[in-house]
Amino acid sequence: MEKITDTIESIYEILGRVTDPEVHVLTILDLGIVRNVALKDDELIVTITSTYTGCPAMDMIAANIRMELAAAGYKNVRIEQSIRPAWTTDWMSEAGKEKLKEYGIAPPDKRFTIPEDGVGCPRCGSNNTRLVSEFGSTACKALYQCRDCHEPFDFFKCH
Amino acid sequence: MKATLDYILHLADNALILGQRNAEWCGHGPVLEQDIAISNISLDLIGQARSFYQYAAELKGSGTTEDDLAYLRDERQFLNILLVEQPKGDWAFTTLRQFLFSSYQQLLFQKLTTHADERLAAIAEKTLKEVNYHVRWSSEWVIRLGDGTEESRSRILNAIASIWTFTGEMFMSESFETASGIVVTELETSWREKIKTSFAEANIDAPDNTFMRSGGKKGIHSEHLGFILAEMQYLQRSYPGCEW
Repeated sequence: MEKITDTIESIYEILGRVTDPEVHVLTILDLGIVRNVALKDDELIVTITSTYTGCPAMDMIAANIRMELAAAGYKNVRIEQSIRPAWTTDWMSEAGKEKLKEYGIAPPDKRFTIPEDGVGCPRCGSNNTRLVSEFGSTACKALYQCRDCHEPFDFFKCH
Repeated sequence: MKATLDYILHLADNALILGQRNAEWCGHGPVLEQDIAISNISLDLIGQARSFYQYAAELKGSGTTEDDLAYLRDERQFLNILLVEQPKGDWAFTTLRQFLFSSYQQLLFQKLTTHADERLAAIAEKTLKEVNYHVRWSSEWVIRLGDGTEESRSRILNAIASIWTFTGEMFMSESFETASGIVVTELETSWREKIKTSFAEANIDAPDNTFMRSGGKKGIHSEHLGFILAEMQYLQRSYPGCEW
């Protein structure tokens, strides 16, 4: 029989195939929203947390987790949501930040929350950028524009 | 138990009703970026409301769900303050109300993060991060409008004149608050200081305390709440249990 730790590890591999419905390049592991995986008797318990309380993607993420796990043979799955400690962009993986940048979204930067400028443009790399709006296309992003190449882009807010 | 439940419902109702009000701007904001901003704030508020309703539903038990609490209670059962149910008015009214309310929430949630009820504390800690954004965004609007053109200034002054009578209720203690160990009266001085600082930047005087309307926390509402509920609850009332 498989050891529990191996099973848990393989479950994390499966979870690594579930992506954020809004930002497809990020997996839920990249985002740091999977807080725990546990096996209790026959039941698999996956604990996730929301980035923002009103994030409308949570129900879809939960459904996608169920589907991926079901495809791998795990039918008895319970998904729990935790709120404490509150999610922070510090939990986002470095690989995730790189993926964001390539995708055209400036990744969160520990140096600032909402800077007036200085966010690197994901298109040309210039730091000569300006804040257009603190609220972007989703709750987790702010809207910026590059003063050099004029590209409008999203910045994943440091949270 | 009843007091705790009422207190959580009060917090949830405040967030839900203001979230619903602000959502009326979706597609009608003055410019695209601000339309997105106010809709994002709506979403945050509705997210807050869900966290509180989920907790209230668990406390209530016997199969109660968050949806039952949001969609199947009547006006007299809603415990939100009158401030949040007032019509959205113009952009000055909406941003000013957000500033006054979010500043209050910020102080309140800072207190709640150390509350003995861990679930309440956790929700407060989580949502405080979002409330900080709301305060900054709305305070910038109050300053921009107050210190802007003649037109924008007259609009914010009008908004202050019509809204002020609804601000006192935030600081009138209700029994469910005191029973939950929350003394809202203590927040008033810091709140006034905060408001005054932003008003000063906008060259606006904060009004002296005038007659303050109340009743929302007791379930006695202005005529506006019924209309919000009629629109918001229609689907669940007509098609009970309907899901998307």
